[in-house]
Amino acid sequence: MSACATTYLDHAATTPLRSEVADAMAEARSIPLGNPTGSHRPAQRARRLLEESRDEVAAALGRAPGDIIFTSGGTESANLAVLGTLGAAVAGGAAAVSVVSSSVEHPAVRESCRAAVQLHGVNWCELAVDHDGVVDLDALADLIDDSTTLIAVMLANNETGVVQPLEAVIETVRARSATARIFTDAVQAATFMDLASWTAEADLVALSAHKVGGPVGMGVLAVGPTTPLAPQHHGGGQERERRSGTQDVAGAVGLAAALRLSVSERRQAARRVAALRDRLAAGLLASVAGTHRTVAAGVAILPGHLHVCFEGIEREELLLALSERGICASGGSSCASGALEPSYVLAAMGVPDALVRGAIRFTLGHDTTEADVERALATIPGVIAALRHAH
Amino acid sequence: MPTENGWHTGPVRVLVAMSGGVDSSVAAALLVEQGHDVVGATLKLWGGPSDSGCCSVADVDDARRVAQQLGIDHHVFNLTEDFDRHVVTPYIEAHAQGRTPNPCIECNRSIKFERLLERADRLGFERLATGHHARVTGDGAFRLRRGADAEKDQSYVLSMLGQEELGRVVFPVGQMTKSDVRAHAVRLGLRTAAKPDSQDVCFIGSVEGRQGFLADKLQFHPAAVTDSRGETVGSVDAVELVTVGQRRGMGHGNDGARRYVIAVDVPARRVTVGSAAEALTSSVTLSDTSLTWVDRPLGHGERAVAQVSAHGRPAPCAVACNESGLVVLFDVPQRPVAPGQTVALYDVVDPDAVVGAGIAA
Repeated sequence: MSACATTYLDHAATTPLRSEVADAMAEARSIPLGNPTGSHRPAQRARRLLEESRDEVAAALGRAPGDIIFTSGGTESANLAVLGTLGAAVAGGAAAVSVVSSSVEHPAVRESCRAAVQLHGVNWCELAVDHDGVVDLDALADLIDDSTTLIAVMLANNETGVVQPLEAVIETVRARSATARIFTDAVQAATFMDLASWTAEADLVALSAHKVGGPVGMGVLAVGPTTPLAPQHHGGGQERERRSGTQDVAGAVGLAAALRLSVSERRQAARRVAALRDRLAAGLLASVAGTHRTVAAGVAILPGHLHVCFEGIEREELLLALSERGICASGGSSCASGALEPSYVLAAMGVPDALVRGAIRFTLGHDTTEADVERALATIPGVIAALRHAH
Repeated sequence: MPTENGWHTGPVRVLVAMSGGVDSSVAAALLVEQGHDVVGATLKLWGGPSDSGCCSVADVDDARRVAQQLGIDHHVFNLTEDFDRHVVTPYIEAHAQGRTPNPCIECNRSIKFERLLERADRLGFERLATGHHARVTGDGAFRLRRGADAEKDQSYVLSMLGQEELGRVVFPVGQMTKSDVRAHAVRLGLRTAAKPDSQDVCFIGSVEGRQGFLADKLQFHPAAVTDSRGETVGSVDAVELVTVGQRRGMGHGNDGARRYVIAVDVPARRVTVGSAAEALTSSVTLSDTSLTWVDRPLGHGERAVAQVSAHGRPAPCAVACNESGLVVLFDVPQRPVAPGQTVALYDVVDPDAVVGAGIAA
């Protein structure tokens, strides 16, 4: 394993913990943190830090503090949103319960829907996307009926960065159902999008701290008091009976600090990162023949995402070669063994197999520099030429 | 270390295929100890259920942990599509024709020493290493030899390799006995040290077995069992599962002696059985298109030693060429060789060395 400089272009997988966040968490832990449900002073201090964090997270999401449920991460939040709403509907005696999810949702959402089918016997339909990965609103209108309990449409896709027209989705749903709830997975979008405005009309919103420069193991589900939710973790009922388990106070402090940074830097950071991303895209398109941007120009995507397909390249080989040269990118989702799986997101978009083989995701973030982009551009064309030449 | 295929000259970049077993773990360890620039890769070959969990997660975890202990990079290559196309589908199709394929050999041929070797090449690896118990010797003209541990020798399943592959592969544990391999793993504290050897076809679970695996992929047909005079003596539920040479389920003849399968005819739905003596065969034809040679082909009338299964007893023979392929003429009649089975041919004067291989027609 040769040591070399690292160019980290995989922020969508996880974002390096920001130093301000690490400092805030260290300070929280600098004197013993009690259990926030206790009564002594360390417990009261823990509770205060927890509730201050909740206030900040609520403000960033444009919600009331009571809507914020702290969880162990995006996956738990998605499970709670999907299984919690559907489970509550089934328990409430609804005659028919169904869920609609976009065909490009994160596995945390898809697999929760699949589990709901198995556990609660609900109906599950997937909402098609077009060749840019944007949900089909006409199809959505057709899928909604009296039995529709939940519609899950993510704010931005983890693989492609495509931003969904959430406002139009919500309008479409509300025009056809007064009772259907809307869940949006905002995990990937949180760094660069103003969640308070984008998700204002959604009933449930999921967040994850480590995608915004916070710690792994911390997440949020925001849900209003009028949305029935069956808890998925049973115990002490710490999070207002909607989630049990001792709260991770330092994690909450970290999440709040990370969101605070994101909110204050958002405009500037989005512009800066998008410019770097565009430079990387233009450089690759100019220097590597057979490079295709997976999402057409003009489609709204997150500022840090660049999804490209290189013709005549096996992504596993490219990722290995790039890794050995210190460049970190991603090839989509992996199974439990760590093997790359064929991307259902790209399949839903109708990307041809030959291109999917060479599909790579670069995701830039708060710490990405011009030098990172230049280094990537100085390395990738040569690596691709060598891989192609050896064929 | 005795010299191998000319690669003892200095540190090189090596990709080692790590299955998660002890042999490939130690293979990787030896390469690291020898100072090579080593990267580990585990192949995800089968997407369905297996004995070590879905997509063999446990095996991949073991390989990854060993790589971490050795301080080398580790990657997982998803070759399920290729494995399906080149190994699983042909395995199913062969059974439909009443043939008995060896999927491990097809995996070595098409996946490990073709697809993976090509990948290693593209990624700038000079060598591909595996944990096979076999040896490669020689400079220029390479020879494939049996592993030092006769019990564990795997030259049979590698017998299809030619000069091009042999010049680029390394079998670091080929010089060692299995107990030495395990002892080395214990010394290094590798978690695979005591892991049992894999015995069966990796994509077939021990519970479902071959029949269970094939049941939903293939239509089974009942067949009549007849003796060598054409008289019906019984029946089987699935002619596709019957193998030439099989004894189990074939009952006994009028003389009380065991019966063996002599021939399987799937289209005619007929299994022919006979006594042990009737089952013996003095020759087997290897189809022309299946023949591979380590270095040079055997000519008409040349002598060799044939091995018809992974740990089968070597049988001296002569070969004859005819229009359909190569006929192996055993000196002493042998139990029949099932169509689809690989026959490895070894050098008659240097019986550890593989000469070539072919598939029984």
